[in-house]
Amino acid sequence: MNSTRFTNFFVPVFAVLLGVIAGSIVMIVSGYNPIAGYSALLYGAFGDSYYIGETIRQTTPYILAGLAVAFAFRTGLFNIGVEGQLIVGWLASVWVGVSFDLPKVIHLPLAVLAAAAAGALWAFIPGFLKARFKVHEVIITIMMNYIALHVTNAIIRSVLSDKGFKSAKIHESASLQSEFLQSITDYSTLHYGIIIALIGAVVMWFLLEKTTKGYELRAVGFNQHASRYAGMNVPRNIILAMVISGAFAGVAGAMEGLGTFGNISVKAGFTGVGFDGIAVALIGSNNAFGIILSALLFGALKVGALEMPSSADVPTELVDIVIALIIFFVASSYLIRLLLSRFKKEGK
Amino acid sequence: MEYVIEMLNIRKVFGNFVANDNITLQVKKGEIHALLGENGAGKSTLMNVLFGLYQPDGGEIRVKGQPVKISNPNVANDLGIGMVHQHFMLVDTFTVTENIILGSEPTKGGKIDIKRAEQEVRELSERYGLAVDPTAKIANISVGMQQRVEILKTLYRGAEILIFDEPTAVLTPQEIQELIQIMRALVREGKSIILITHKLKEIMEVCDRVTVIRRGKGIGTLNVADTNPNELAALMVGREVHFKTDKRPAQPGKEVLEIKDLVVKDARGVTVVDHLNLTVRAGEIVGIAGVDGNGQTELVEAITGLIKAESGSIKLNGQDIFNLPPRKITEAGMGHIPQDRHKHGLVLDFPIGENMVLQTYYKEPYSKKGILNFKAIYEKARQLIAEFDVRTPDEYTQARALSGGNQQKAIIGREVDRNPDLLIAAQPTRGLDVGAIEFIHKRLIEQRDQGKAVLLVSFELDEVMNVSDRIAVIYEGKIVAIVDPKETTEQELGLLMAGSKRKEAGVSS
Repeated sequence: MNSTRFTNFFVPVFAVLLGVIAGSIVMIVSGYNPIAGYSALLYGAFGDSYYIGETIRQTTPYILAGLAVAFAFRTGLFNIGVEGQLIVGWLASVWVGVSFDLPKVIHLPLAVLAAAAAGALWAFIPGFLKARFKVHEVIITIMMNYIALHVTNAIIRSVLSDKGFKSAKIHESASLQSEFLQSITDYSTLHYGIIIALIGAVVMWFLLEKTTKGYELRAVGFNQHASRYAGMNVPRNIILAMVISGAFAGVAGAMEGLGTFGNISVKAGFTGVGFDGIAVALIGSNNAFGIILSALLFGALKVGALEMPSSADVPTELVDIVIALIIFFVASSYLIRLLLSRFKKEGK
Repeated sequence: MEYVIEMLNIRKVFGNFVANDNITLQVKKGEIHALLGENGAGKSTLMNVLFGLYQPDGGEIRVKGQPVKISNPNVANDLGIGMVHQHFMLVDTFTVTENIILGSEPTKGGKIDIKRAEQEVRELSERYGLAVDPTAKIANISVGMQQRVEILKTLYRGAEILIFDEPTAVLTPQEIQELIQIMRALVREGKSIILITHKLKEIMEVCDRVTVIRRGKGIGTLNVADTNPNELAALMVGREVHFKTDKRPAQPGKEVLEIKDLVVKDARGVTVVDHLNLTVRAGEIVGIAGVDGNGQTELVEAITGLIKAESGSIKLNGQDIFNLPPRKITEAGMGHIPQDRHKHGLVLDFPIGENMVLQTYYKEPYSKKGILNFKAIYEKARQLIAEFDVRTPDEYTQARALSGGNQQKAIIGREVDRNPDLLIAAQPTRGLDVGAIEFIHKRLIEQRDQGKAVLLVSFELDEVMNVSDRIAVIYEGKIVAIVDPKETTEQELGLLMAGSKRKEAGVSS
């Protein structure tokens, strides 16, 4: 058991290292200085309090999107629809944020819950179709992403604005923004959402590992036949797994709606956060606390990359290449396991 | 006499585990040589070494006196070693011939010469009395026939030494007899056979010599003519084994399970259980004997609520459980040792400890208000592991990592511990070795002696005759006879199972 924990931790770490090394080769080949590039990246992510604030802010939705993917994965489902669930969650949170005028203790939780409910509803549909008609959730969730994108755009144009391109700002009582957090991070966009994301990780861990419902969900994810034999309601558990996963995704959307932006604009394409959530979950070994770390890695890479063109003349696209390489190495973890076992043998 | 295969002091180590500890196996030309050992004794490892799937860490392999290095299965093929796998490797939608030539297709002008291939397959089949139709589709032929296709595959590739890996595990009694004839024909034609098995009866019947291995060590090689099943079992397990399970006469009480006019259809809408009637009383074991595919699986799944029945009635302790969900049936007092322990019996990716509460996790003390109590769960697991002799490093080990026998013991422990009034055991000893079988039979009889009703479904006649107090013969979804195991013979049961009517009265219950 200890040795599996060991590999579960070290495989992603190794993959990240290999990704960084392969990334520097790409930089050298393309005529850039990798040391300067990575220094700029590191500075841009953690160099001063402003950058740290931005990195944590970027990490927040990644944590929740990663949790959403991982929760589904741990219960035997592949939720590619996190992106769509995130968008409808974003919309719902902003909608509640602009339409009501309530005390903060009610308004803010209500907006977050609305986002969770919207994401859950969006995920219920593929869950129901899978449980009832055995339609594969991957296909439905992909289609639901497009529906989410265009439906929210239509609602923003027709309901939340007068044929405009963005909604009004949410009321202060629904906002996650914090002057205190902004002031200690040199006026970054850091907001209270990170606390919600961390609570989300604890909730996922507790729900899956400590409760009877989590036991059922995991059992159904691993073996539907044995779960049926044991008297569990398999269809209901499939739907529930999707709904919980969607709720996490919806809350990820609320982080953008109530925290970072305070409104919602018409989108030309996907935010990408939901899709990155798949990679975050993968690198985090589908473990709640692993996901916090891998979301931080993603946040740092994305934010730090912005610094690369100005101080090292390295295009930001290179960071996308590094991320892709890291994912590649995690996915080919068999290779890393092989290397690790060779390494261990020789070490003996 | 010359040896065709010699494996001398073969050693194979996986990590810290010694799977083969200096085992020696010498096979003479034209003999049927049994390789006998418990599950996990190292039989498969040894054969995989011979077939080139594993490389030995020590020792030497000689084929016809020449030292060889078998680096992969192709080398084994070239040396004339063929393996008939336990799990067939056939393409369902291909014909017999297409499967046989797969990988070494004869061609004529760039096209597969199927006519010539069919002719060759037909000749081979006739020569060894296999009676295989070269043009039949795999999907349309019986399991026994599919096995013969596997045999033909090795012969087509020119195998001189055939390894049979547990070949009778999937066959009916009649098919086993036919296979024995085929093996004799092969040996007559000069082939040599290595038979991997843990069934002593088959060894006594068909083999010339037997090599016994136990826990990775070679125990010795004996002439079958000079030994007996008791000695072989003792060598294999390392202690005395009792075949005839001792039991007191049954003292049946009230009726626990009552099935009336039960009709079950399969997924295609074919009636597989046909107006079946059966009762099981407290304190007795009723064995259901029958050839696989006569409705046993569907009968058990309908009783346990895994599939919906069409009509009829099922009562447990007088309570109607017909088409109730599995949890209601479990709570009404039913225990179920499922036929397929990997599909239904266990969540293989869960620790063995969590598998021990698969039906009871939502009850106290294993959980309280929806929160699991792992202390209580693992305490129960430790108790069951000790009580039922489940050999596992610890209770946190994944169920997948356990051997089949230990997985089965874990399931039986879990089911018996819930103290059900009716215990349904479907193929409880499939694929297990004599030591584990003895243990499981004892536990079933123990349940009976405590006044529980036990329904045993098995394709092994020995098991049904040995353990049951009454035998119900199932044929085409009906119970065609109820017989007393003390007053019947294997021949009579075999005939009843094949559908012949019983002369005496009392055709149905």
